[in-house]
Amino acid sequence: MSKILMKGNEVIAEAAVKAGCKYFFGYPITPQSELVAYMARRLPEVGGLFLQAESEVAAVNMVYGAAATGKRVMTSSSSPGFSLKQEGISFLVGSELPAFLVNVMRGGPGLGNIMPAQSDYFQITKGGGHGDYFCPVYAPASLQEIVDLTQVAFDTADKYRTPVIMAADGMLGQMMEPVEFFETEAPELPEKTWAATGERGDGGPKVVNSLHLDAGSLYQHNKHLNEKMETMRENEQRFESQFTEDADFVVVAYGTVSRIAMSAVKEARAKGVKVGMIRPITLWPFPQKPFEETRERAKAYIAVEMSAGQMIEDVRLAVNGHAPVEFYGKNGGIVPTSDEILEKILAVAGGDHK
Amino acid sequence: MALLEEIIFAGFGGQGVMSMGQTVAYAGMVEGKQVSWLPSYGPEQRGGTANAMVVVSDAPVGSPLITKPTVAVILNNPSLEKFEPSIKPGGILLINSSLVTDKSERDDIRVVEIDATNIAVELGNARVANMVLLGALLQMTGIVSIDGIMDALKKVLGDSKKHLLDVNRKALEKGFEIAGELI
Repeated sequence: MSKILMKGNEVIAEAAVKAGCKYFFGYPITPQSELVAYMARRLPEVGGLFLQAESEVAAVNMVYGAAATGKRVMTSSSSPGFSLKQEGISFLVGSELPAFLVNVMRGGPGLGNIMPAQSDYFQITKGGGHGDYFCPVYAPASLQEIVDLTQVAFDTADKYRTPVIMAADGMLGQMMEPVEFFETEAPELPEKTWAATGERGDGGPKVVNSLHLDAGSLYQHNKHLNEKMETMRENEQRFESQFTEDADFVVVAYGTVSRIAMSAVKEARAKGVKVGMIRPITLWPFPQKPFEETRERAKAYIAVEMSAGQMIEDVRLAVNGHAPVEFYGKNGGIVPTSDEILEKILAVAGGDHK
Repeated sequence: MALLEEIIFAGFGGQGVMSMGQTVAYAGMVEGKQVSWLPSYGPEQRGGTANAMVVVSDAPVGSPLITKPTVAVILNNPSLEKFEPSIKPGGILLINSSLVTDKSERDDIRVVEIDATNIAVELGNARVANMVLLGALLQMTGIVSIDGIMDALKKVLGDSKKHLLDVNRKALEKGFEIAGELI
């Protein structure tokens, strides 16, 4: 297949359809509404179903219902709408239901604005709803990467019976880039013996539930969930490292910001500063390996985010005191420029770089 | 030298700045270049400015958000005011002078004024003014070919508006020719 020019929101939608998503329940909100509109048109073409719910809360609970039948299902929203879905996400985790959840982040808190942001990092990577849990979070930096990660996200959801989140921002949702959809081989995934598909010949009633009134039973359930999360921590970390082999300074950034930061890193390199970049692709599990590999040598890390400083906490944990961790960020819908990031790199590097 | 053009197309909503940008991005993609297109989507007031940011490059695109354009294609006065100061020194300011009455005061950029709407009217369709401008843009930057833009237009216009392809090509060629005489 050849390259086509598409909008980020539409790429997420088409990639989900290609990954076998049959059901979409959602509610429009800028800057991700194109995703909803695309699904309304596209899903009937593949024998699926699109439903615009009366609210985000309703939508995520419809996802719960559809997921309980074992079908691939998704919802999407932007920050304020994604906050509304937190209760449902906690229930999905508790009931071990796979689902694909998209947050095209905008400026907050509250209604904030509709411009790009990464200020929901805490919410999406630290649970977000009530109870002990984490969901895998994928943070693509380009539209092509959306295609690849959407497939991975659906597979991971099924493999571990967990909701997974895709974290984009308004810029990634609104921009157009060439993308190519490839036929991928379906990975081997466990059969969904737990799915409630009706009682005709599949072994009787299935119970999909997150209620465990007995403390011992809930303790055991949590233990099982935690073991699953531990396995994901081990096996599902994704990242990209560039120029880190000889790096004195390491910039850490994800999503669209990482592209801007990369321009700054290259400019700093041209000025003789040995700077590299770590780009977390999964925000949870947060990649530890690239930090273990660089922290003995690196003199400082610089977290760059479209927030007041959220990922920086995970960077500090991963660096584990080996080096100082600096921060540069803009929020409220302002996107940091490569010149500003370059200035920060040069300031941290010190010395006389022209 | 490696190609990197960061272009802002700006005017009133409805003037076609978004599709102008898309046409360039599409043509760039077809011709094997790395491209991105980013619309302004913030809260805009009616009659306010709209813009599309297009990057055409040999290397993977870093920021799709352009803060210092190498080229600004301007279709109204407010957009001139907004983007003229940010153009990179040595860059290009391309103006539809049929619509923009204000003048640029920069002397460190190349300012090219094209009477695009009136030229389009002479060609028989005022709505191809943007293509006159695009023709001029191609002449000055060489980012994509006229054929590349025509490919994109075939896709955008579809079968029902196929009859408009001819006048669009004429507009592109006219803009290309006029800019050639100016530089």
